[in-house]
Amino acid sequence: MSSLASLRVAKAPYLLTLPALLLFAGVVIAPLVMTVLLSFHDWGQYKGIEPVFVLKNWHEVFTDSYFLEMFWRTFRVAFFVTLLTALFGAPEAYILNRMKSPWRGLFLLVVLGPLLLSVVARTLGWALLFGGNSGLVNKALMSMGLASAPVPFMFTETGVIVALAHVLMPYMVLAVWAALQRLDPQVENAAVALGAGPFTVLRRIVLPQVMPGILSGAIIVFALAASAFATPAIIGGRRLKVASTLAYDEFLNTLNWPLGAAVAVLLLVALVAIVVGSSRLVERRYAQVFG
Amino acid sequence: MTFLALEGLGKRFGSHVAVDGLTLGVEKGEFVSLLGPSGCGKTTTLQMIAGFVEPSAGAIRLEGRDLLAVKPAKRGLGIVFQSYALFPHMTVAENVAFGLEMQGVAADERRRRVGETLELVGLAAFSGRFPRQLSGGQQQRVALARALVIRPRILLLDEPLSNLDAKLREEMQIELRQIQRTLGTTTILVTHDQAEAMALSDRLVVMNQGRAEQVGPPHVVYERPATPFVASFLGRTNLVAGETVRPEKIVFAATGLAGKVRTRIFQGNHWLYQVETASGLLTVIRQNSGEAMPGEGEQVHLAWGKA
Repeated sequence: MSSLASLRVAKAPYLLTLPALLLFAGVVIAPLVMTVLLSFHDWGQYKGIEPVFVLKNWHEVFTDSYFLEMFWRTFRVAFFVTLLTALFGAPEAYILNRMKSPWRGLFLLVVLGPLLLSVVARTLGWALLFGGNSGLVNKALMSMGLASAPVPFMFTETGVIVALAHVLMPYMVLAVWAALQRLDPQVENAAVALGAGPFTVLRRIVLPQVMPGILSGAIIVFALAASAFATPAIIGGRRLKVASTLAYDEFLNTLNWPLGAAVAVLLLVALVAIVVGSSRLVERRYAQVFG
Repeated sequence: MTFLALEGLGKRFGSHVAVDGLTLGVEKGEFVSLLGPSGCGKTTTLQMIAGFVEPSAGAIRLEGRDLLAVKPAKRGLGIVFQSYALFPHMTVAENVAFGLEMQGVAADERRRRVGETLELVGLAAFSGRFPRQLSGGQQQRVALARALVIRPRILLLDEPLSNLDAKLREEMQIELRQIQRTLGTTTILVTHDQAEAMALSDRLVVMNQGRAEQVGPPHVVYERPATPFVASFLGRTNLVAGETVRPEKIVFAATGLAGKVRTRIFQGNHWLYQVETASGLLTVIRQNSGEAMPGEGEQVHLAWGKA
C-alpha cells in the first residue's frame, strides 16, 4: 500500500508534465524531424518531391557560393544589429535606470512599446521612412549635413540592419536593465569616495558589472536577428536575401521544399551552435565572479 | 583647533527634518560614534560628511577648511559601507588597490601598500580571491582595508558590523579598535548597537530625531544620562520615583524596598531578575559569583546607592 502510494507520488511529476510534453513533441519536435527528413528528399521541376534519401540538397548548400553568400550576409547583418543594440541599448538602459519615478515608467513604455506592435507594421513604418531619395530619413540626414547624397536604405544591408536594430532594441534594454537592477548603488558611491570621477565609475565599476547582461542580451538579439523574417523580407525584399527569406522563397516560389528545408535546418543548427557556444563561454567567464 | 567640525548641520527631505542643527567637534585621532535608533539622522550625517548628501543648513570644516566645497571624490575619506559595497568584479587586491590607482600611486608602491594593508587586516593569503568567494567577516575586512589603504584623513564606518553574527562581531570590534589605535586614524562610526558604540568609541554622540541628545565618553554617558531618552536607549533602566537606576546597581539586602521575585533568568555570567515592588516591576542584574541566589516567588529587599 505504502509502496504503491510512494510509486504514485514518484510518478506524479512525469504525469503532470505529460500534456505539455505531448504538445511540445507534437508541435515542435515532429515538424523539426520532418523538416530534417525533408532536406534529404529529392526534388525535380516536373517530378516534384520524391521521398528518397539523397545528399543532393546538402551538397548544393555547402558547395554553391550563392548559399555561402546568403549565410555570410545573415550572420554579418545579425552581428551589426547586435553591435548597434548594444551600443544604443546599454546606455539607454543605464539612463532609464537613473530616471526618477514618473519619467522612468513613461520612457520604459516608449522603449518597450515596439513590442506591443506587429513587426510587420513597424517594418513598414521604416520602409516609409526610408522610401526613395526623398524619404524622411534621407531628408533629415542631408539637412543635418551628415550625408551629401541620399543614402540607399531600401533593399540594402544598411536598411535591414537599422530596422532590425530598432525592432530588437527592447530585448537588449531589458537584459541590461535586469543586470542594472542587481547593482548595489553603494558600490558606485564607494568608487566615488575612493576618488573615481563619473566616467571612471561608469567604465571601471558599472560596465564590468552589467557586462553579463549585455552579453546575454547580445545572444538573444543575435539569435532573433539571424532568424528574423519579416524585416529582411520587407526592407531587403527579393534583391537582398538572408537565410530565412531564402528558405521561404525555396518553399513558396521555387517550390523546392527539400532545398528550403536544408537551408532552414542549417540556419537552425548554426544558430544553436553559436548561441550555446557563446552562452557557455559567458557562463564560464563569469561563474567565478558573479555566480 | 578642532580637526573636524560640524557646525549647525541640518538636512531636510521635503517636510521631514532628518538632521536638525547638529554641532560637533572631533579631535584628530579620536574615535567618535553616532549612536541612535533608526531614523535619528546618524546615517544622513555620515553621508553629508562623505558628500553623498548635500546639507540644507550649516557647515562642515576639516582642519578649518570648508569641506562642502570639495567634491566627494576629492575629500580623501575612507568609507566602510554597511553592505561593504566591494567591487564584485575585482579581486581582493584589485579592490584594495583601486583607491591608490585613482590617486595615481605608482604600481610598485601600490603593490607594497596593498600587501601591507591586507597584512594588517589578516587577509594577505586571500588577495587573489573575488569578494563572493569570501565570508561576511572577510568581506568586511576587505572593505576596511580598501578604506584604510588610501590613508584617509577620516575613516567613516556605516554600521560596518551589523551584518556579522554576534561572536564575529565581538572579534571584529576588538580588531577594529586595535587597528584604529595603531594607525591613529580619526574615525566616525554610525551604529544603532549601543554595546558596539560603547566598546569602540572615545566619545559617544547619542542622537534622537536629528539632534544630539548627549555627547561624552561612553562611561560618563552611561552613568550620567542627560535625558530620559539617553537613559532608556543606553542599557536597561528602572524608573523609581523619578530617579533612573541601572539594574546592575541594585543589590539584594536585608532591608530596603520590599518585593517578590517574579522571574529569574540565568544568563551565564549574570542573573536577570524581574522583581514586583510597590514602585512597579524592577529589573535587577546580579553578577554570577557562584553563590546561591533568591529563587522565583521569594520575598526580597532591594537597595541601591546614589548613582
